Amino acid sequence: MVLSRRPRAAVALAAALALTLTACGGGGGGGGSTPGVTDTEVLIGSTLPLTGNAAPGYSEQGPAAKAMFDYINASGGIHGRKINLKYVDDGYNPANTVTLTKQLVLEDKVFAMVGALGTPTHTKVVDFLNSSRVPDLFVASGCTCWDQPDRNPYTYGWQPDYTVEGKILGDYVTKNFAGKKVAYFYQDDDFGADGMKGLDKFIDQNLVVSRQPYQPGNTDVAAQVSAIARSGAEVVVLETIPAYTALFKLTALRLGYSPQLVASSVGADPVTVSGLLENYAKQSGAPVTGTDLIEGLVSSAYLPSTTGGQNSWIELFRKVHDQYIPNLPFDGNVIYAMSYAYTFAQVLQAAGKDLTRQGLIDALNKGGFTGPGLVPFRYGPDSHAGYTGGQISTITGGQQVLSGTPLTTDDGDGPVVPYTTPQPAAPVNGVPAA
Amino acid sequence: MTETPARPSATRALPLWRRSTLLRHGCWAVLGLLGFWALSIVLDPFANLQLAQISYTAIAVAGLTVLSGLSGQISLGHGAFVAVGAYTSALLLENEGWSLAPVLIVATAGTALVGALVGVAAARLRGPYLAGATLALAVGLPSLADYHGLRELLGGANGLVVSPPVPPLSLGETFPLERWQSWICGICLVAVLFLLANLSRSRLGRDMRLVREDEDAAALSGVHVARIQILAFCVSAGCAGLAGGLFAIVNNLAAPGAFTLALSLSLLTAAVLGGLGSLAGAVYGAVIVTLLPTWSTDLAQRADLPRAIYANIPLVLYGLVLILVILAFPGGIQSGVRRIGRLLRRNRKI
Repeated sequence: MVLSRRPRAAVALAAALALTLTACGGGGGGGGSTPGVTDTEVLIGSTLPLTGNAAPGYSEQGPAAKAMFDYINASGGIHGRKINLKYVDDGYNPANTVTLTKQLVLEDKVFAMVGALGTPTHTKVVDFLNSSRVPDLFVASGCTCWDQPDRNPYTYGWQPDYTVEGKILGDYVTKNFAGKKVAYFYQDDDFGADGMKGLDKFIDQNLVVSRQPYQPGNTDVAAQVSAIARSGAEVVVLETIPAYTALFKLTALRLGYSPQLVASSVGADPVTVSGLLENYAKQSGAPVTGTDLIEGLVSSAYLPSTTGGQNSWIELFRKVHDQYIPNLPFDGNVIYAMSYAYTFAQVLQAAGKDLTRQGLIDALNKGGFTGPGLVPFRYGPDSHAGYTGGQISTITGGQQVLSGTPLTTDDGDGPVVPYTTPQPAAPVNGVPAA
Repeated sequence: MTETPARPSATRALPLWRRSTLLRHGCWAVLGLLGFWALSIVLDPFANLQLAQISYTAIAVAGLTVLSGLSGQISLGHGAFVAVGAYTSALLLENEGWSLAPVLIVATAGTALVGALVGVAAARLRGPYLAGATLALAVGLPSLADYHGLRELLGGANGLVVSPPVPPLSLGETFPLERWQSWICGICLVAVLFLLANLSRSRLGRDMRLVREDEDAAALSGVHVARIQILAFCVSAGCAGLAGGLFAIVNNLAAPGAFTLALSLSLLTAAVLGGLGSLAGAVYGAVIVTLLPTWSTDLAQRADLPRAIYANIPLVLYGLVLILVILAFPGGIQSGVRRIGRLLRRNRKI
């Protein structure tokens, strides 16, 4: 009797111990208690500037991403869960970004961060998010720094990084403006530096006659523009945000200088730039038509154009826009945010019904996501870089017109190669196929 | 302080308490530490982060309040000193690998030195001219990070990332980082308040008040006016430098975007709200300017307001609180607390 009771006690003890251990393990690795996830909802967070200098254009991204999620939720959500995005205003001040990100993770208990915006802001929370094992998806910035899977296994970029874009533009300039003198007008930070790194891989250094930096915040760029004009450059590559694309154009106009402009996609959205041009010109008392001024601007696009022809994705996004955020302009920022929102929905779909943070990361690392983008992603266990390239576009009649085929390349010395797989059609109800 | 030999009599204890400011402030400091510890234990990690932010803000505001309230000088550029402290700490922690305590001491001393340099200029400037000069400091200094020669060192517009101090293992493996950060800031806050309270009661403090009231009279009575003014700038910049060092380890960064003019102005706002010249007021002011934006944003978000309104709610509320406090207590919150205290005492006598 004693003998038969003891093993039973031992088994009970072992079972209890095993239960305790799995319970402890579950706390760290997910299991049934994944933060931000219930049977009916998944809560995600984002920080972006709704106020301040960086707000124009970028402030549209929060509402636009939310609108896309609302549309998907109205179609039943993903695996029966509605996606709830909480976006907060950091005013582009990194100290605010830190506080707000910690609030989202520690207080609101978000499942993941999605589409947090800005290099100087988001670089300060990458350590915190990774040490807290919070998926940090699709940072809205083209910094090459998001692609460090060894250091930051939970952080993923989304848009093509500035070097990739610089390579594609550099390749285009070399092929199409052969022998012409080139000047760079660039933002004096990582954005400009990474962009020029890409450009310099293709453009003959003997032809680069001037490199002029600008400081964001300082709106007087007359000195730089006249230096570029004096250098006799026939092609000017702009590594600029929209405001400085507009400022460059207006200042050049005043000097009677009109070179061929090539701009990074960051500063080439026709709606934003032409709006800014009209605003600035109105302030100095000279009404202009913004779209006329940017006619012929060459850029590299990785998403379909808001105005260009029949595209099922643009039709879907316009429907979402008209239904949820009709007061916002239908521009590149809105398309951008709706697109990363869609990519997140895709990853959520692929992660399956039993949602955990690790499951989400595993699904993302399997790759194979295609969607609104013109080029594929590079996601995998060894790469957290986003879109791998873009397609050359020229502004014609106020609209972004794509030409040729999409091109892909990498951060390093790889060649620029055409990508010929056709773009899949958008799902009508906004819900990615399982 | 001269100490009389302790006599074992209860009636003598009160005079000693009255006479010795050091003892009195020491007791308050111990009480303050205990209170802070208790608060940090009950609060969750995010609230502890806010507690840490309140603490370093209060340190900077306390320095500013000594400058304006005691020596009568104004600074619209204290955010620049916070930046100096933050960058100094970030560089020493990340590049040199120093441990925290010496880093904070050097950040304080280094910024105090910068403050002394500014103080030399400030001692020759009065009123609006001084305000203008310090304003220029607030606008100009953070953009130094983008200066070409310094970009490699200071990280340009992107700034520097600082690794947070790790809680010692003896506190247990699950001890929250935010509580450790708030402890560090809390100890620094109590130490600073203790030192400043003693300074204000010392001969130096009296000289500062004298300079504030009437510079000519002070000079006539043998006070070296310029030296006192420079010293006040030095002390207050040192406080801002320490606040900056703590800012760097709490927010894990030193970047130009964090040290905007708005930071300098919010420090001044906190000092005015709390009551210029009052150390307790510095703490009240720091609590308000730290928590108000968070609360108002949460409120606006919950009310589900349109974006254009939602984004501006924090600013509106900020202005509203400022107007209300100034209308109700022209001398700041601390003057209101004192008035209520007096009323209560008078009532008790009746």
